[in-house]
Amino acid sequence: MADIQYLAPRTLDEAVGAYAAAAGAARILAGGTDLLVQMRSGAVRPGVIIDIKKIAELTRIEETPDGGFRIGAAVTGAALAEHPRFGKVWPGVLEAVNLIGSKQVQGRASPGGNLCNASPAADSVPALVAAGATVTVQGPNGRREMPVEAVPAGPGRTSLAPGEIVVRFTLPPRPAGSGDAYLRMIPRTEMDIAVVGCGVNLTLRDGAVTAARVSLGAVAPTVLLVEDAAKALIGSRLEEAALEAAAAACRAACRPINDKRGTIAYRTRVAGVLLKRAAAIAAERAGRA
Amino acid sequence: MNVVSNKWIGQRTIRPDGADKVTGRAAYAADATMPGMIWGKILRSPHPHARIRSIDTSKAEALPGVKAVVTAKDIVDFPVDTPVPLGIQDMRWMCRNVMAREKALFHGHPVAAVAATTEEIAAEACRLIEVDYEVLPWVIEIEDAIRPDAPILHDFLRFEGRPSNIAGKLEHRLGDVEAGFAEADVVIERSFATRPVHQGYIEPHACLVSVAPDGKTTIWSSSQGQFMVRAMTSLLTGIPQSDIRAIPAEIGGGFGGKTIIYLEPVAVMLSKKSGRPVKMVMTREEVMRATGPTSASRSTVKIGARRDGRIVAAQGTFYLQAGALPGSPIRGAAGCAFAPYDIPNVHSVGYDVVSNRSKVAAYRAPGAPIGAYAVECVLDELAEALGMDPLELRLKNAARQGTKAAHGPVYPRIGFAETIEAALAHPHYKAPLGKRQGRGVACGFWFNAGGESSAQVNVTEDGNVVVTTGHPDIGGSRASIANITAELLGIDYRRVSVLIGDTATIGYSNLTGGSRVLFASATVVTQSVEKVITQLRERAAKIWGIDPDAVKWEDGQALPAGDNAGRFPPLTLKQLAAKASETGGPIGAGVQLNTTGAEGGFATHICDVEVDPELGIVRVVRYTAFQDAGRAIHPGYVEGQMQGGVAQGIGWALSEEYVYDRQGRVDNASFLDYRMPVCSDLPMIDTVIIEVPNPKHPQGVRGVGEVPIVPPLAAISNAVYNALGRRFYSLPMSPPKVLATLEGAAA
Repeated sequence: MADIQYLAPRTLDEAVGAYAAAAGAARILAGGTDLLVQMRSGAVRPGVIIDIKKIAELTRIEETPDGGFRIGAAVTGAALAEHPRFGKVWPGVLEAVNLIGSKQVQGRASPGGNLCNASPAADSVPALVAAGATVTVQGPNGRREMPVEAVPAGPGRTSLAPGEIVVRFTLPPRPAGSGDAYLRMIPRTEMDIAVVGCGVNLTLRDGAVTAARVSLGAVAPTVLLVEDAAKALIGSRLEEAALEAAAAACRAACRPINDKRGTIAYRTRVAGVLLKRAAAIAAERAGRA
Repeated sequence: MNVVSNKWIGQRTIRPDGADKVTGRAAYAADATMPGMIWGKILRSPHPHARIRSIDTSKAEALPGVKAVVTAKDIVDFPVDTPVPLGIQDMRWMCRNVMAREKALFHGHPVAAVAATTEEIAAEACRLIEVDYEVLPWVIEIEDAIRPDAPILHDFLRFEGRPSNIAGKLEHRLGDVEAGFAEADVVIERSFATRPVHQGYIEPHACLVSVAPDGKTTIWSSSQGQFMVRAMTSLLTGIPQSDIRAIPAEIGGGFGGKTIIYLEPVAVMLSKKSGRPVKMVMTREEVMRATGPTSASRSTVKIGARRDGRIVAAQGTFYLQAGALPGSPIRGAAGCAFAPYDIPNVHSVGYDVVSNRSKVAAYRAPGAPIGAYAVECVLDELAEALGMDPLELRLKNAARQGTKAAHGPVYPRIGFAETIEAALAHPHYKAPLGKRQGRGVACGFWFNAGGESSAQVNVTEDGNVVVTTGHPDIGGSRASIANITAELLGIDYRRVSVLIGDTATIGYSNLTGGSRVLFASATVVTQSVEKVITQLRERAAKIWGIDPDAVKWEDGQALPAGDNAGRFPPLTLKQLAAKASETGGPIGAGVQLNTTGAEGGFATHICDVEVDPELGIVRVVRYTAFQDAGRAIHPGYVEGQMQGGVAQGIGWALSEEYVYDRQGRVDNASFLDYRMPVCSDLPMIDTVIIEVPNPKHPQGVRGVGEVPIVPPLAAISNAVYNALGRRFYSLPMSPPKVLATLEGAAA
């Protein structure tokens, strides 16, 4: 019965101003694939909705001269899939973004929304963390940059300050011989939510791993960057022992819960399995790159 | 008499509801609207078990926009000591299910309802209703509910002289099982468990109800039986059936779950009190918490055979969860379990167990998959112990014409052995398996049903045909009836329109369930068409001035026959229709019958699975279903029924289950976490239709809709065993369970 005010600002400054002014009563609308569902179920009842899709910077995909990418926070999964270069450079990030929801949802859902929804099971987040992506946020006190893994603070909570809006993701330039991959375990084959997710990003030279980042989703209150797993891989030639050490590091990093989607024991086991499988895919892609 | 002509029977004609459904024009109950309509909402119990001390609705009634509030006081009470059966339901339990009376019996149990000018105001008013609950200890699972110290749901229920949650027992006996087991060389006994699974219809329950000032009541709703809606609503509201017109909407799936009502009597009382039409539409969460599902089960099955594979004795005990009120499908479990086999000594017992969860509703072959799961898994172990092929073991013991079944009948000609023979001969059964793949087989039986049906067949003035029947179409009955009518009249099927009448426009017809509709409605339609043909011959005879017996009906026209052959040019249906007024008036006929002779349905399934042992994921990679359809009037629909049943069985076996939290609430009341298979989870399900005509039906029809869900649970379990060498005795075989079992095996 309470009226909802809908705003569609054209500039980020307007959006930030309105967001800050609403003092907690506002919600940001990107694709709306989480927000509208939460409103329908009565989980959230915002007084103001701020649609950020009319702000050019937030729906832009840019390839930087050094080979990096800037992805607007409200870019849809479908738009990202249609970009001629992005999926070739970051196939793991793209497959993670494109795992969110159905074909129809892909036309709306955005990585920025996926990050700010702050679900531990968000698919795009582990892939972006493994990629070493950073986010640019803008708030009443200006712009700042932080790693993706610093944004989630717990289920449904972020570390963003009041009035701050995620503007874009920045993915670093790719050295030769790099590849990434994201795998998730779901009971179904699609239209499901990750029981465990794992992102792996590798750079190989002459068959040896020179750089690695590993992340896990749905095994802790936030997406995890698993540095011990990366350490186990760096310097290795992905021999079974190195992979097992990385898998063990993943299992050790897990702090999951028992819930309707999986058990602690199951999630922990699967984290190690997905690490090995994702590493194999990332290495295969790195070999081609 | 079996019609052997093939012009329309057996053709894959275009479904009459197809264009409306793909273009979004099909009118479901939630699409109905009326001037002045208001919205009804239900307040549901937040406790799984609580005595209702009092309900104060005054604040809700004072909220602007609220037009009516209803509680159990407004619903007719049926005292617990006097059974009032209606179909498979009993009004004692129905009145308590639609609105909690003495106690709230499950989380989500309706406690009160509000009608208001908007859905939001109705929801707000529900929050203003004050219910004084005395919270009681609760129990969900069967094993907890039958413990001696379990919280008792109903003081009036007694079992073996003591207060109990066992609400009933059903027993089938044939021969002497003790003596039978004494003859056996090999005896296998195993225990099994299944979880509750929901029918999962896409369309939530919905209705629009208008009670006029003169008491005349109209109900538009989604159900499997408009006459069931009328009868139950009449009993629960006290309005005579003659004052209720129940109009069936197009139905978005039912699978048995819409053979019962939830909203209609509540909406009627809200409409009666407010004087306004009232619309009610459940959310998916309400559907998951408070409707359906089917029972969880605990079963023990023991089967003994001689060394040559002849089964000599079988014993089964099946505990089924009824939900909050009595009425689980123990007849389906205990009755169908051993029904495919010729076994001289059988003892099969079912127990109906109440607990604090939503009252179960029928689900596709209610109870039968539970019975077959246990029996067909034990048969797999028996075949292994005997060193026999599992299909050969089943063929050796297959029920045939003359077999006496433990649940009562002596079978007439049935086509069960033919399904096994077809499976044995099929390339699937011999195809090589890949790595980590396994193959399993299982069979199944469903009773099928006849019962009351009415039909009216009218020839239009322009010489086409309108057929009206009384059954909501959930499995292709309209297309099939059009095929039969076209066949019998010898006209193009596009000249036949088949409609579903409402309770005021067609005679009583029992609900769509039990795989009965085509069997029964084809019978009454056939007899109606035969009467129409008699009329047409009489009209032609009158025009020609000859005896009606000297006129035959062929290829859509009347022809002079016998001595008169060739004396007159034929008269087509169109010509006779044009002259109907001059020759005696409108042409049309109706027939109403209580049909009998439905006879059982049998199926044999082959399933291949592939297991990912590191993740515990089981995927069905190939599936072939063999079924005796009697006569496939519309093979596309028969195949669709077979595939649909298998798909639901795969979900039951691998991924679907109700998960409860520590407060006794359903924790996965959505399609996200209640995991029905999606298209990409399933292979193309291959089908082989066997046609051994039912001797007791004019076209040879046997019901086909339900038996396909009976074998999959065991077929998949047996395939998983074949892939992994580990047997699972409980469902679903979900990834965490599979991985835990495999790791337990490795440890």
